[in-house]
Amino acid sequence: MRRALAALLLLGAAPAPVVQADLLMTADAPRLADYGLFDASGAPAPGVTPYTLNTPLFSDGSEKARFVWMPAGAKAQYRADGALAFPVGTVLVKKFAFAADQRRPGQNVRQVETRLLIHRPAGWAALSYVEQPGGAVLKRAGAKVPVAFTDAKGRAQAIEYTVPNQNQCKTCHQHGEAITPLGPTAGNLNDGRQLLQWQASGRLAGLPAAGLPRLARWDDTAEPVASRARAYLAVNCGHCHSRGGFASNSGLYLTPDEREPAHLGVNKRPVAAGRGSGGHEFSILPGQPDRSILLHRMLSSEPGVMMPQFGRALIHEEGVALIRQWIASMPAAGPPSAPATAAAR
Amino acid sequence: MRAWLLTMVALAVPAGAKTIHVGPGGDAQEKLQTALIEAQPGDTVHIAAGRYALADGLSLDVDGVTVKGDGPDKTILDFTAQKVAGEGVLVTSDNVVVRDLAVENAAGNGIKSKGSDGIALVNLRVEWTGGPKSTNGAYGLYPVSSKNVLIDRALVKGASDAGIYVGQSQTIIVRNSRAEMNVAGIEIENSYDADVVNNTATNNAGGILVFDLPDLPQQGGRNVRLANNQVVGNNHVNFAAPGNIVASVPSGTGIMVMANRNVIVTGNHVMANKGAAVMIVAYTQKFTDAAYNPLPRGVSVYGNHFMDNGKAPAFPGGREIAAALGGPLPPVMWDGVTRFAVPGGGEMAADGGISSDAPGVTLNLGVQGTPPTQARPAPLPTSLVVSTRKDIVLPAALEARAR
Repeated sequence: MRRALAALLLLGAAPAPVVQADLLMTADAPRLADYGLFDASGAPAPGVTPYTLNTPLFSDGSEKARFVWMPAGAKAQYRADGALAFPVGTVLVKKFAFAADQRRPGQNVRQVETRLLIHRPAGWAALSYVEQPGGAVLKRAGAKVPVAFTDAKGRAQAIEYTVPNQNQCKTCHQHGEAITPLGPTAGNLNDGRQLLQWQASGRLAGLPAAGLPRLARWDDTAEPVASRARAYLAVNCGHCHSRGGFASNSGLYLTPDEREPAHLGVNKRPVAAGRGSGGHEFSILPGQPDRSILLHRMLSSEPGVMMPQFGRALIHEEGVALIRQWIASMPAAGPPSAPATAAAR
Repeated sequence: MRAWLLTMVALAVPAGAKTIHVGPGGDAQEKLQTALIEAQPGDTVHIAAGRYALADGLSLDVDGVTVKGDGPDKTILDFTAQKVAGEGVLVTSDNVVVRDLAVENAAGNGIKSKGSDGIALVNLRVEWTGGPKSTNGAYGLYPVSSKNVLIDRALVKGASDAGIYVGQSQTIIVRNSRAEMNVAGIEIENSYDADVVNNTATNNAGGILVFDLPDLPQQGGRNVRLANNQVVGNNHVNFAAPGNIVASVPSGTGIMVMANRNVIVTGNHVMANKGAAVMIVAYTQKFTDAAYNPLPRGVSVYGNHFMDNGKAPAFPGGREIAAALGGPLPPVMWDGVTRFAVPGGGEMAADGGISSDAPGVTLNLGVQGTPPTQARPAPLPTSLVVSTRKDIVLPAALEARAR
């Protein structure tokens, strides 16, 4: 016994945490550690499985790690549109961290925040835990965290990183009255392997044999600009700008499969943009990115003008460049391109 | 039976309803936002007199909560240093009252409700204290996609779009309120069943607007009554950012009705507006939405008091029209658009006329999209069409909460 203990100590191995399934279902734990999703070093507990997305939301260049945990034997059901149908008991985890120098990702990383979406019997709950000495704690009213780093172009950046409050979580994650996950859609998970792996490990049911949707990688220059742009807009804007989303009243719908040019913003006049219009007449004026409200609002970091309304403090230069290229490439008369999700062969 | 019981329980004010008091000092943002998150249905969040400096928006997503200050000059939510969020205060729940406080210098909109059933905004001040500027937020009070909406005793100053804007909503009363130095004073857009009564709109670019726009989830704006309002001296320069529909509202406009059905304008005092006292027009832009009707129809104007309007119309062709008529514009100006081309084919005519018991002019433009340069102005024959429409009635519980 003593030898076993000594061996453990020598190896430096703490006992693996156990996911507290009952606590997850019943209470908003004050400390992230209470849920047993990660060990003290931040390594995921057994069953807490990392996943990746083709096109992620821009979050000021933070490094984001995503995990899913489902109760033993539970499976997600495939859906072509929207997030997969995750069973009650599921936890989706997103950890936000900043590398001291974004040219050296993974090195000198500072953890900032961990967000949970927990599928309880009454619906999804959104909780945000802010990293503090001694471990991450629940902050339902949000928080501001000063963060400094060197960005991908070698420039020093100092931002006030905003941890969303509980209502702001819902603003983005609402569909109708309910909270819903955003990232793990079939199309955004479909990198050619991931969905098959989930199916093989018994975590996904109902996957069709062919015709899986695939959202483009926004930064894969081998893909058509239109597919990349639509994927970028779907992920960064389409959660609010959808028929069931917070910005439904705008009539601007940037969801992956929207086909109506006016609802995509083409030659669409603003409704309630106010000064956010920047003096431009149309959300998208084909061929004229610098006369398009959509780009103008991406180019702002001023509240009341900037879009998205929260989730970033910096302007995403690479995202702006992509949307600029897309709008510039639109023929002046014609409607825009194909939808963002292509059925894979 | 069980469902019925549950409904009864849900409707009743919970026995444990309490008041959460928040006072100035400390981290105002966290204190206020925490109170708004932790409030339970039936609770009141009382914000004591004082100035609260806020760097982020505040939001409420709990049904049945009253947020109450100590008065619009005493409890001041100051968003001058706002860095995050598109509005000062956002309400997304039902049966909410916000009252007796001020919102100053919000970066975007002042107070917004989205998707609320039962929203009362009472005895409020929303102001951009640096005066009218195009960099001010768009809307002061902004219920959208909501129903059972009450705005009572509000003062809104300096909005770069509309001071009081109700959009895509239904069953609405805006009363006893004052809008000044906004681009539009009060605007009802893409909405159904609204009474705008006993308000004052003064020194805006346009006083009171009733609009309908295409490509939106709710359109076909209808059944709006503007009654017993003071619409005075709305001659402020239009400082809206170009591109927005209100940027096209000519300075000097008293009341403007665009693309709505069944609008009543009665008992208003419309004075000293340099352009049209009442302007009734079709949507002028091209549109592709086959479900949209750009025409004003069933508009009746009667029993208003008009004085000293129309002396210097600022809209294109206004001066020429006034000259042709040999003096100031008559109180009512209608563009005379009576039909439009439906996108995808066919033509549709207006299903209801325009009537006024006061002198008016029609520009006889005919088909939607005809530019005003082709106007053939002619007097609009006066006729008295009195409405028997009943007042809009809000749920008694909402009126009681708002008292």
